[in-house]
Amino acid sequence: MKYIKFFLVGILFGIVMSKAEIISWYRIYEMFKFQSFHMYGIIGSAVVLGMLSMYFFRKKMVKTFEGNEIHVAPKKRGLYRNLLGGILFGLGWALAGACPGPMFVLVGKGVVSILVVIFGATLGAFFYGLFKDKIPH
Amino acid sequence: MEFITQPWAWYVAGPIIALIMFLLFYFGERFGVSSNLETFCSIGGAGKFIDYFKIDWKQNSWNLIFVLGAITGGFISAYWLSPSDVVALNPQTVQDLADIGIANAGATYLPDEIFSIDTMLSLKGFFILLIAGIMVGFGARWAGGCTSGHAIVGLSNLELPSLISVIGFFIGGLVMTWFILPLIF
Repeated sequence: MKYIKFFLVGILFGIVMSKAEIISWYRIYEMFKFQSFHMYGIIGSAVVLGMLSMYFFRKKMVKTFEGNEIHVAPKKRGLYRNLLGGILFGLGWALAGACPGPMFVLVGKGVVSILVVIFGATLGAFFYGLFKDKIPH
Repeated sequence: MEFITQPWAWYVAGPIIALIMFLLFYFGERFGVSSNLETFCSIGGAGKFIDYFKIDWKQNSWNLIFVLGAITGGFISAYWLSPSDVVALNPQTVQDLADIGIANAGATYLPDEIFSIDTMLSLKGFFILLIAGIMVGFGARWAGGCTSGHAIVGLSNLELPSLISVIGFFIGGLVMTWFILPLIF
């Protein structure tokens, strides 16, 4: 039962991703062509409100439902990792028109071909594990 | 119901995504979808030959449940909340896509030139989907996160690695959109 809340938050995520057309390939293309404010507005407003959340967490004004402090662990540092990994991700994002979250939402929408993309993404994560000691970080 | 069934504006979607991030922290976890890809590898037994995947994936069960919810949400939205699949694109976008060989952009939710069953079953179409996926999966794990983990959580937390990653996302995305996509179709 402790998982039901994650299921419900996931449903909200799936609905907002599809209703705001974030899972549409076209919206990603339009974003990278700078022809619409839509995606920038979504990411921008989410980040501004996210900063506010982080402020509450840091000031310990908000704790988890179990009363623990919320500590946001920093991301791993490394110029090569972030820049090169980011560029590779961006190439795939613009080609598939979907990042990992939307891929799964598209499954729910009944898009069969997105399963090939998800399989590829899993394979990509596997290749990363396989080659990670041989690439710069 | 009109409010629900029409496409949602950015100022509705952005705050809801911030709320989702907030709720996951409140529940003691952290928003980040691409780590599930590693969990899939671990479940599939990749830990037998690569130590990197030798993790106790059950700790990430909540995230798999989140993904299950996302699939369910996509289903609910598609079948009950979305009477139309038309995407109201900038007319310039529609024209630009027609010029590179993607017709009737926005008439349906996704371009048939990439996502139709016929395309998927062609050799070229299958490899486009597969390679796009491999780049997303490899890139996300190399960078240590995707749009959710870096662009939303990381930027909110003012983290330099996330800023660099998001700049990378855009370099890659712009190169694909402006220079590579026109050559593919």
